[in-house]
Amino acid sequence: MESPKILVFSTEKISDPAIDLTGLLKKYYPSTVYTIAIPCSSAVKPKWIMHAFEKGFAGVFIAADGTDCPFSEKCTENTGNIVSHTHEFMKEKGIDPARLKMAAICSVCTDPFVKHMKSFLKFLTENKEQKN
Amino acid sequence: MKNKIGVYICHCGSNISDYVDVKKLNEITAKIEGVNIAKDTMFACADSTQKEIIDDIKSNELDSIVIASCSPKLHLETFRNVAIRAGLNPYNYVQVNIREQCSWAHSDDKKGATLKALQLVKAGIERVKRSQALEPIEISSRNVVLIVGAGVAGMRSAIELADMGTEVYLIEREYFVGGRTSQWNTLFTTDETGEQVIKRLYKKVISYKSITLFTGAEIVSKSGGIGKFDIKLKIKPRHIKPNCELDWKKFDKAVSVCPIEVEDEFNFGLTKRKAIFMNYKSEFPQIPAIDTENCNRCGECVKICPEIDLDQKDEILNIKVGAILLTTGADPYEPKKDEYGYKTLDNVITLQQLKRLIELNDDKNLSYKGKKIKDVAFIYCVGSRQEEGGNTYCSRYCCTSAIHSAILLKNKYRDIRNYHINRGIRTYGKQELLYKESSENGDIYLQFFEDKIPTVEKSKNGATIKVIDILTTNREIELEADLVVLVTGMVPRKDNTIAGILKVPIGRDKFFNEIHPKLRPVETVIDAVYIAGACQAPRTIRESIDSALSATAKANSLISKGKIDLEPTLAQIDTSTCEWCGKCVDVCPYSAIKKVEKEGKQIAEIIESNCKGCGMCMPVCPSNSIQLIGYTDTEIESMIEALIS
Repeated sequence: MESPKILVFSTEKISDPAIDLTGLLKKYYPSTVYTIAIPCSSAVKPKWIMHAFEKGFAGVFIAADGTDCPFSEKCTENTGNIVSHTHEFMKEKGIDPARLKMAAICSVCTDPFVKHMKSFLKFLTENKEQKN
Repeated sequence: MKNKIGVYICHCGSNISDYVDVKKLNEITAKIEGVNIAKDTMFACADSTQKEIIDDIKSNELDSIVIASCSPKLHLETFRNVAIRAGLNPYNYVQVNIREQCSWAHSDDKKGATLKALQLVKAGIERVKRSQALEPIEISSRNVVLIVGAGVAGMRSAIELADMGTEVYLIEREYFVGGRTSQWNTLFTTDETGEQVIKRLYKKVISYKSITLFTGAEIVSKSGGIGKFDIKLKIKPRHIKPNCELDWKKFDKAVSVCPIEVEDEFNFGLTKRKAIFMNYKSEFPQIPAIDTENCNRCGECVKICPEIDLDQKDEILNIKVGAILLTTGADPYEPKKDEYGYKTLDNVITLQQLKRLIELNDDKNLSYKGKKIKDVAFIYCVGSRQEEGGNTYCSRYCCTSAIHSAILLKNKYRDIRNYHINRGIRTYGKQELLYKESSENGDIYLQFFEDKIPTVEKSKNGATIKVIDILTTNREIELEADLVVLVTGMVPRKDNTIAGILKVPIGRDKFFNEIHPKLRPVETVIDAVYIAGACQAPRTIRESIDSALSATAKANSLISKGKIDLEPTLAQIDTSTCEWCGKCVDVCPYSAIKKVEKEGKQIAEIIESNCKGCGMCMPVCPSNSIQLIGYTDTEIESMIEALIS
């Protein structure tokens, strides 16, 4: 069975360097995890997330700046609002809101990133098996 | 849409090709619609490959390029320059990371890594197809820097900038320069005093015509941005007539008749000072000041000293600068009431108070509140390295400073006995020499864990400290001390109004936050606003100056050319669909959006000089009328489709 695909929205200054560092340290995570880097996690449009689900991504993970955000101290709150709004859209479309996750990933958070990816993939795989 | 794309896939020696089948990837990529040339290369960043790419662009009239190699954080600028040298717009180039986020991350799964690399390259091609030829925004810049904070970092930076031909406004909130360093006596490792260091720097600062120093000065407001800041300063009066020859005998008498007594912050409350004051006689500028906030304007001092002018008012000054450097320093941690007996027991003081106490005492005896001191107990990590709440960080300088103070005590008063009750000594680097010296002096070191902190109780002669010492098999040790010194670290300045005015990000430790601790350690997300010294993190004097010099070089290299190129990543409003609602304004941290009226319709407009390209305004727009250049819906959605294909 094909492994579920996860789309990660990372941030150019904080979480994407962490994902780079994860690779540098050869800390493995599933190869079906794909990253699109953007300036800030508060810039992710719900429209993009819904597009990812529509096209076949099993899960979307926002690797947020959290309190390290160089743009705004309200980043966590703003990104949280985006996730909440998107959850509503997902419910309307019959998509399990648990397929969208968000966590703060700081620029050196390599272990947390790997842990999040592995547990998210596990959840998505089990979810897929149950449906099958 | 671009349709003559050159794609270059890097082996990176074998860093990529050991795990990704680069040859196969290249074969598939060559067949993708719009790809004109697909090549694999041993090192894309090598000079010979750069030349080959330039030749390919020219001879095949490529309209865009994709380079699949390492992280863009390493070589984005390298390949942008390749594009420029070939006559291609640098924004028609996309870098795809198939090393850090592919070959290295999945070296346990070669098949998966190759598949992923292919999807990533496809996404890069889709992105570059939709890329726009952009021009960096060129703006003029003023070769003038405003330095906020005339401590060691600020003064050192001012001198260097002036040497490089940059004009400097150096402002200090207090009436006197020197910051915290002026409060310290002998410094490790040079044995100079803080006073001497400040004197040397001040004399040099005032020798430059291109440095303008204002004391008692604060930023009131800021407008404009990178290269062209308009700053409004408020300068408090000193209440001393300008250019007068002050009679120091009369000044001393004026101080004595002043009826106001306030806690002396310079001595951390150990003494009182008058409303008319100088912290010490050789302080700079060599002009006393009258503390407006506390002066009751009784006029007694004016009767004695006619150079005093109580009618002086705040002055407002507008200055224009190209960059700003914050060197505003830090405060010492103030223990809570009754934290280890602080402010409830008579003989409990902080490390900073001890340093002033040594300075205030004569050479024969150390006494505090009339009592001779013999046994001194230092309790470390007070307000630092707290597991929950409070300050989780280590201030690093305090172990060294406490041990250095203990050595000073021992050298000045031979019969002193020092006890260091610590959580592990962190005298890193050369500072370890102090630990050795202190140990050789006979200082006693006891160590505790955070879950069993020492207790301090009042005793007949001073204080009794009980500590479970992990160095002696967890035995509870009880000792008597005449003076308990709480070794406290640094915390951000209590008054951090400036962060709000300049919109400088604050980190989770509440210090100013840099863009990246390793790669861009003195830059903030606010273009041309730099941070250095202890306003960014707890630092020693040397470390503060290191970072100040780094920020100096960054500021000078940015503004000294007279023009600056900016990334064209800006938000754009679709005026045909925008129905003004104000939600974008509410989330924008930089006041970069305003309401305007066009053709009878109210819409949002981006103030380009303020926009930082964060994109926060995009998701909140109910009509999806905002796009970020380089991150448009079509670019992102086409990448998503390529990644899943």
